Amino acid sequence: MTLPAGIKDDFPLLDQKFCGHQLVYLDSANTSQKPQVVIDAMANYYQTSNANVHRGSYELAVKATDALEGARAKVAQFINADSPAEIVFTKNATEAMNLLARSWGQANLNANDAVVLSEMEHHANIVPWHMLHAEKGIELRWIPVDKSGHLDLSNLDCLLDGAKLLSVTAMSNVLGTLNPITELAKRAHQAGALMAIDASQYVPHVPTDIAALGADFMVFTGHKMLAPMGIGVLWARANLLEEMPPFLGGGEMILNVTKEGFTTNEIPWKFEAGTPMVGEAVGLGRAIDYLTDLGMANVRQHEVGLTAYALRTLTERYGDKITIQGPTEPAERGGVMSFLYGDVHPHDVAQVLDQKGIAVRAGHHCAKPLMDVLNLSSTTRASLYVYNNESDVDKLADALATIDDIFSF
Amino acid sequence: MVGLEDLYREIILDHYRSPRNRGELAVPPARRVEGFNPLCGDEIILYVHVDDNNVIEDVAIGGQGCSISQSSASMMSVAIKGKTLEEARKLIIAFKGLMSIHETTIGGDGRESDIGIELDGSADNVKLGDLEALRGVVKFPIRIKCATLSWNTLAQALVEPTVA
Ligand SMILES: Cc1ncc(COP(=O)(O)O)c(C=O)c1O
Repeated sequence: MTLPAGIKDDFPLLDQKFCGHQLVYLDSANTSQKPQVVIDAMANYYQTSNANVHRGSYELAVKATDALEGARAKVAQFINADSPAEIVFTKNATEAMNLLARSWGQANLNANDAVVLSEMEHHANIVPWHMLHAEKGIELRWIPVDKSGHLDLSNLDCLLDGAKLLSVTAMSNVLGTLNPITELAKRAHQAGALMAIDASQYVPHVPTDIAALGADFMVFTGHKMLAPMGIGVLWARANLLEEMPPFLGGGEMILNVTKEGFTTNEIPWKFEAGTPMVGEAVGLGRAIDYLTDLGMANVRQHEVGLTAYALRTLTERYGDKITIQGPTEPAERGGVMSFLYGDVHPHDVAQVLDQKGIAVRAGHHCAKPLMDVLNLSSTTRASLYVYNNESDVDKLADALATIDDIFSF
Repeated sequence: MVGLEDLYREIILDHYRSPRNRGELAVPPARRVEGFNPLCGDEIILYVHVDDNNVIEDVAIGGQGCSISQSSASMMSVAIKGKTLEEARKLIIAFKGLMSIHETTIGGDGRESDIGIELDGSADNVKLGDLEALRGVVKFPIRIKCATLSWNTLAQALVEPTVA
């Protein structure tokens, strides 16, 4: 037991019934639930500290500004960034990736410049580049995914030849695969390219040391790591942020505005136009404290253990009837398990599970190019987090048996 | 409490297990229209052959999807085969009527007017027969789009000009 036994009690939402059954929440790759301390921290911010930031000269405004900047410092420390100035707050990971594409991409990419992606990307790390392809004629190259759910790096040198950016997910939201980011960053740099990582599924689950990973840009999203929806992060090396043009224009992001033009604010505020999401930032800061108290190494250990238990339980009970996508070795993956159950459609699988109070996701998981490679139109996905335990996995395994009552033919 | 038996009625599962009119038709004379449910990736490819007397002479269904979308398509193919265009339109209206209240409340596509079908009560007396079995779907709002996928696709096929 690496996490406290009563941890579920920290999450008030989990204590309710659906369809007459205690909720078993297995959709944390989609969004996580929030501990009471995060909910309280946000309420407390609005009860005691709310004012607009960076603007008021009164004490309360200073308090609000401290709340925002305090949260930024926590984020920086959590991922081992050099400075809070490297942390840009956005609405979510998607906006952070769009900021990267719009700002850095607009300034640095021209027709026929290559951006290398992988076939296992979330649409958030595909569509912004498609948009630049349409607008500027950049070239997109794809690292293939092999049958075991890993990236096939055999042709990487060729793919990176002349490329400007390699942008890859640190952990697949469909296969659970953990990608070799440190190696990829090294090879990107050797080829003269920069390295971006989509860490939306990584930062919530794995101790993250951005210095060790060696990337140049990283995006992630608060709501998948016990924090509220509405806050995400772009981390980038300070020198890169300094050179990047602003993203949105307006208040906060300027030093001076005249009728002739404007000068931009310092980083990171240069990229944060308008009134920011202070309450959400406070929630993210508190979620980071909560995860830090648990210990991210313990979080990872818990999930490796529980994933191993789930893979074992499901294959022992259902054998060939269940096909779980992605790496079979728990150490090589996170607790995201996409599966097919016989030839029952994932939508029907999810429906039957819902009837037992079990929440899973069915669909293409915003990774259609990967689904095409896997030759699937959808999968059922169960995903684990700190509040899940072996009993949740057992309930999933038990409920799968009831599918046959309806669909055995 | 709403039970799964409300959704997975025997006749629905029967159409899912043994879909009727599966396959393709030659285009032309048939028309081919595709429908997608971006939410779950369900896909239907509908072939309709309308003869010179405006009678649906043949129907074929391709694509893939969940039990609800597949059985709804199968039942629809049986219901419209041999019917006039006018009768088929009334069936669409009646079926969408069975589903529609809920479809709009969950932010459904609400595009009836775009596809030339108005829920105007003109189909109030249309007999849905086996299709009534899909009535239970409205108790599962997220599945309504599965049930209406083939019908929206049919509506589209009927307004599109015949491919020469
Ligand atoms: C790998 C990955 N990238 C990006 C995202 C997008 O996150 P958000 O919707 O919060 O921007 C997700 C979540 O769905 C994800 O799993």
